[in-house]
Amino acid sequence: MKQFMTFVKKEFLHIFRDPLTTAILLGLPMLMLVLFGFAITTEVKNTQVAIYDPSRDAATEAIINKLRANDYFVFKRYLNSPEEIETAFQRGEVGLVVVFSERFYENLLHTGEAQVQLITDGSDPNTATTLTTYATNIIGSYQQDLLQLSGVPYQIVPQIKLLYNPQMKGAYQFVPGVMGMVLMLICAMMTSIAIAREKEMGTMEVLLVSPMKPLVMILAKTVPYFFLSIVNLTNILLLSKFMLGLPIAGSLVWLVGISLLFIFVSLALGILISSMVNTQLVALLISGMALMVPIMLLSGMMFPVENMPWFLRAISNVIPARWYIIAVKKIMIEGLGLSSILKELAILGGMAVFFIAVSLHKFKNRLE
Amino acid sequence: MLKFLIEREFKQIRRNPFLPRVIVAFPFMALWILPMAANFEVRNVRLSVVDNSHSTYSSRLVRKVASSGYFKLANLSSNYSQALRDVELDRADVVLEIPPRFEENLVREGASSVMISANTVNGTRGGLGSAFLASVVGDFAAEVHGEWRQGTGTLAVPSFGIVPQFRYNPHLRYPVFMVPALMVMLMTLICGFLPALNIVSEKERGTIEQINVTPVSRLAFIMSKLIPYWIIGFVVLTICFGVARLFYGLIPKGNLYTIYLFASVYVLALSGFGLVISNFAKSIQQAMFMMFFFVMTFIFMSGLYTPVNSMPQWAQNVSIFSPLKYFILVMRLVYLKGSGIGELTVPFGALCGFALFFNTLAVVTYRKRS
Repeated sequence: MKQFMTFVKKEFLHIFRDPLTTAILLGLPMLMLVLFGFAITTEVKNTQVAIYDPSRDAATEAIINKLRANDYFVFKRYLNSPEEIETAFQRGEVGLVVVFSERFYENLLHTGEAQVQLITDGSDPNTATTLTTYATNIIGSYQQDLLQLSGVPYQIVPQIKLLYNPQMKGAYQFVPGVMGMVLMLICAMMTSIAIAREKEMGTMEVLLVSPMKPLVMILAKTVPYFFLSIVNLTNILLLSKFMLGLPIAGSLVWLVGISLLFIFVSLALGILISSMVNTQLVALLISGMALMVPIMLLSGMMFPVENMPWFLRAISNVIPARWYIIAVKKIMIEGLGLSSILKELAILGGMAVFFIAVSLHKFKNRLE
Repeated sequence: MLKFLIEREFKQIRRNPFLPRVIVAFPFMALWILPMAANFEVRNVRLSVVDNSHSTYSSRLVRKVASSGYFKLANLSSNYSQALRDVELDRADVVLEIPPRFEENLVREGASSVMISANTVNGTRGGLGSAFLASVVGDFAAEVHGEWRQGTGTLAVPSFGIVPQFRYNPHLRYPVFMVPALMVMLMTLICGFLPALNIVSEKERGTIEQINVTPVSRLAFIMSKLIPYWIIGFVVLTICFGVARLFYGLIPKGNLYTIYLFASVYVLALSGFGLVISNFAKSIQQAMFMMFFFVMTFIFMSGLYTPVNSMPQWAQNVSIFSPLKYFILVMRLVYLKGSGIGELTVPFGALCGFALFFNTLAVVTYRKRS
C-alpha cells in the first residue's frame, strides 16, 4: 500500500510540475462544453421565407398570416416572378419559398385544384424536411379551420403532448453528447501518454526493475488523472446546469456514480492505448485523432444510431460514450432512476474490467 | 538546401511505421464508412399504441398509421402508463392514445380526438414524428369523411393540395450533403495534426538543436515543413475524390480544378496553423491538446454537422474564424450547385487571408534561440 501511495505521489508530481499542461487539462473541457453546448443544435427557427403569390386573395392572406405568426418563420419578401426563386436560393437569402397557384381561393372553393408549393433547399436534407413538415402542419391547420367553419363531420383533432422537452430545446439532445465526447477524449488523451512517455524517456527501465507489480503500476497511473477528471466533471455538471440550462431531473448521486465509472473506463482505455504503442506521438494520434472521429459520428451524440447499417451499429456498441450518453439523458432529462440504467452500468463496468485486463496482458515487463 | 530538407521530411514520414498508413488508409476508410452514419434522417419512428376504443374505426386508424411506412409498431399497450414505460426504456418514441369513446364521438358528434405523446429529448425525432403522426391522422379523417360524402352524395368540401419540392438534392440523399464536407474534415485532421506534432517532436527528441546551429533560414525551415503536407493534402484529396466517385457515385457539378485551387490555399492555411501551435508548445502533449481543441472548435462551428444558422448569434460570429467553414461551403457549392470561382470570391479571399496570416506567424514565432 505504501508503495502504491509513493507511486501515486510521483504521478501527481509529474502533473503539477507542468502548470501550463495542468491549466490546459482543466480549462479545455469547460471551454469546449460551453462552446459546443450552445453551438451544436439543429433547432430550426427564424427561417427567412419568400412568397410568390399571384392570387393575393383572402385565403392566401390567411395562410401567410398563419406562417408569420410562427416562431419558425420570418417573412422576408414577396417575389415578383417565379424566376426570382432560383436567385433567392443561390444568394442564400431564404430557406423556404411558398408558391401559391393562381386564383387560389376560387379554385379552393370550387375545383379543388388550388395548390401550395413549398420549395426548400434540399442540400441539407434535415433542415429541408424539418422546414417542410412544420410549414405543412401550419398550412394544414388552415384547412382544418375551413372544415370546422363549414361544419363537416368526421373530424379528428390530434392533441400533441411533448414529453421531457416541451420547448424542443436542442441543448437537451446535444449537451449530454458533448459531455460524453469531451470527458472521454480528454481522459483517454491524458492517460494515453502515461506509459508511452516512460518508454520514450527511458525511465521505463527503472520501473521495470523495481518490485512494483504491473497492476499496481497501472492503477497508480490512473489515480491522479482520476482526481483531475473529478474536477472536470464538477465543472461540466455545474456549467450544464447553470449555463446551458439543462435540468437534473433524476438523482444526482447516480449521475455522479455513472460519470465516475465512465471516467474510469476512459482512463483505462487511454492506458490500454499507452501500453500498446511505443511513442507519445502515436499514442496521441490514436487517442486524439483516431478516437475523435468515431465518437463524433458513431456514439449517437449527433446522428441517430438506429439509422446506421448493422456493422456501424456494432462499432457504436463498443464505444463507451454511447452508453454514457444514453444513461445521462435518462437521469438528467427524463428523471429516471437506477432501475432504468442497469444495462448501461453493467456494460460500462464490463468495459472497465476488459480494458484493464488487456492492458495488463499487453504490458511488457521485459525490454525488447 | 530546401530540397534536402524536404527530402528529409519525406524520409522521416516514410520510415515511420504508422504515418504512411494514416495518410492513405485513414481517409479511404473514413470516407467510405462514415457517410453511412452521418444521417439525421428520421425514419422508423417506434410507436406504442394504446387503443382504448377497440372499435372498427380505431383499428382502421392503427392499420393506416402502421402502413404509412414511417412508423414501426413497437407495442400495443393496454394503458397509457405502460406505454410511457416503453418510452422510458427507449423501446418507443411516440405514443398514440385513442380515447374510449373514439368511434361514438366520431359518428354521433362528428368529431373526436386522439392523444399523441412524443419523447422530445431528441427534438428532431420527437417533433417530426408527432407532426407526421398528426398528418396521418388528418389523412385518415379525410378518408373517412370522403366515404361519408360518397354515401350521402354531398358536394366537395373546400380543400387544397400542399406539394413539397426540394431543390438541388431532390431525393434528399444525405451522402450528397455530407461526403464533400467530410472530405474537408479528413484533410483538416491529417494536414492539421501532423504538422502540429512535427516541430514539437523535434524539440522533444532534441534534433531541433542541430537545425538551429545550421545556416538554414527560418523561412526555409518552415517551408520545408510546409511543402510535404501540402503535397500530402493533394494525395488525401485525390483519394477522397476516388472514394466519393466509387462508393457514392458523386461527381462535382462544377469544376474539379476549382476544388484543387481552394484546397491548395486551405492546406497551406491549416498546416501554417499547425506549425504555429508546434512553435508555441513545449511538449507533444501540449501541442496535441491545443490542436485538438482548435480542430474540434473549427469543426463544430463550421456548419459541417449542424447548420450555422441554428446557432446563437455570438456562436455565428465565432464561426467566422473557422477556416473549415469556408472550404466546406465551397465544397458543397461546387459539388451540388456547380458554382464557379467567380461566385466564390469571398471564401477565396478569406482562405487566402488565413493562409497568409498563419504562415507569417509561423515564420515569425519560430525561434532559433531558446
